[in-house]
Amino acid sequence: MSLSSYIRYTFRDAFRSIGRHKGMAFASILTIAISLFILGSTLLLVLNSQYLVSTMESQVEINVFMQLDLDRQDALAFQKNIEKIPGFQSLEFVSKEDAMSIMQDRFGKDTDILKSLAGVNPFPDSYRVKAQSSESIAAIAAEIEQFSEVESIRYGKELVDKLLDFTVWVKNVGMAIIIGMLLAGLFLITTTIRLTVFARKNEISIMKYVGATNWFIRFPFFLEGMLIGFLGAVTAGLIIYFGYGSTIQYVIKSVPFLPVVADFNELYRILAVLIIGGTTIGAVGSVIAVRKYLKV
Amino acid sequence: MIQFFNVTKKFDNGTLGLENISVSINSGEFVFLVGPSGAGKSTFTRLLIRELLPTSGQIMLDGKSIIRMKSKEVPHLRRKIGFIFQDFRLLQERTVYENVAFALEAVGTPNSEVKKRVPTVLEMVGIGDKYACFPEELSGGEQQRVAIARAIVNNPSILLADEPTGNLDPSTSLEIMKIINDINKRGTTIIMATHDSESVNKLRKRVIVLNKGGILRDELKGGYDYVIK
Ligand SMILES: Nc1ncnc2c1ncn2[C@@H]1O[C@H](COP(=O)(O)OP(=O)(O)OP(=O)(O)O)[C@@H](O)[C@H]1O
Ligand SMILES: [Mg+2]
Repeated sequence: MSLSSYIRYTFRDAFRSIGRHKGMAFASILTIAISLFILGSTLLLVLNSQYLVSTMESQVEINVFMQLDLDRQDALAFQKNIEKIPGFQSLEFVSKEDAMSIMQDRFGKDTDILKSLAGVNPFPDSYRVKAQSSESIAAIAAEIEQFSEVESIRYGKELVDKLLDFTVWVKNVGMAIIIGMLLAGLFLITTTIRLTVFARKNEISIMKYVGATNWFIRFPFFLEGMLIGFLGAVTAGLIIYFGYGSTIQYVIKSVPFLPVVADFNELYRILAVLIIGGTTIGAVGSVIAVRKYLKV
Repeated sequence: MIQFFNVTKKFDNGTLGLENISVSINSGEFVFLVGPSGAGKSTFTRLLIRELLPTSGQIMLDGKSIIRMKSKEVPHLRRKIGFIFQDFRLLQERTVYENVAFALEAVGTPNSEVKKRVPTVLEMVGIGDKYACFPEELSGGEQQRVAIARAIVNNPSILLADEPTGNLDPSTSLEIMKIINDINKRGTTIIMATHDSESVNKLRKRVIVLNKGGILRDELKGGYDYVIK
């Protein structure tokens, strides 16, 4: 048999067969689209929760108060000690004068705090330190506290603990949901493919009787499964793409302070995974489903 | 040449399909397999296309064992054997032409060859004008003709038929028998399991009578009548 006629046959057969089993093909495409849509949406939801957590994390600060009698030079030089600590992200120096004026702002113009304090500024120089993630805050704080130049440190320990718990929760629950959705989707998709193949078991059996080789029988199913998987994934991808775009716009408009992942590169990565995954599942699923009928 | 040597087929549930059968069928012969229901006729045909493997014994086709054959070679064995079923087994969503072309395409026949061969066999079995019909638009006899066309379009050297006239009325059965006889005249070996006594008696071919998995009688120019003791 010539290769070109074989290839022509299989491609034509795959398309014709989709045409012949329109209903079945449509149902499979729909099933795959729905499964992948749910999976993709879950991925985006988890992604956004993680983004939310990390945004909140990056806002947690450690306040480092220097010894009151430390002179300005030494206080400023202390910066490089903080910068060396692993997990450190950024810092901001707050001089005792800054601290005073912040306090003054808080009390308003009517009271002159400096005067009521008898002209003595009670505030030390300080640093506001940000960590890369909430996991490293406690460690950074402990390390800074050891320096003799430091009088005391303060940070929202409770908030950090809660954030830590939430991060772990989002990771675990997100993982569980994604795995659950993946399994449910796989089950749905393979069941539909099995039904599609079952609808054609007479064809397979006749092909076996007239002496078609197993690969000759399998290949059109492989192509058909691939095509159906691809179409389903693209359908899901398009819905997610446009759906996510408009959802984000809506969120940004109505809840502006809520951080959302507006970077479409992440979305493209998810869409690529869905399309490659859908196509692969379609192709491999079909070949596995046909196997049962090839044993005659 | 087809040779069965002491072939026994015992099914998984313990039923004996065939028991210690030895028989040899020459190329170009026409053989009727008759016998009561459950005698082992279908088992015989299914062993020959290696749909079943015997429990013991040897089956040879043209001097080559089909038992020791690798499963990769089975498709090539089946290309030498055309198969007709009692229930036709046509693909309902394909036309007559497509049903016959399917058998050629399934073994990778080039398109130009398919276009030549299909109309020729359809003409041969007398339904050249029905090529665009779907099976449900045809009578039982016409459907069986399509099935015969599909079975012989690859030019197999053997045609196996398991009760091909079982679902047809007597006059239609005779027409189908005539077509099968014509195919035999062109040199194709015919093995046909049947309960159709009229055809068997009329054609006077070799008749193998099976009963309970064994050969009760094997007669050249035989008749249908057999007595089960
Ligand atoms: N797959 C199977 N599993 C178990 N027993 C089987 C199987 N196929 C056939 N048999 C048994 O083997 C015996 C022979 O069956 P076979 O189908 O060859 O008979 P037959 O001569 O074709 O009968 P009929 O004229 O009714 O078609 C029967 O007793 C049948 O019940
Ligand atoms: Mg039978």
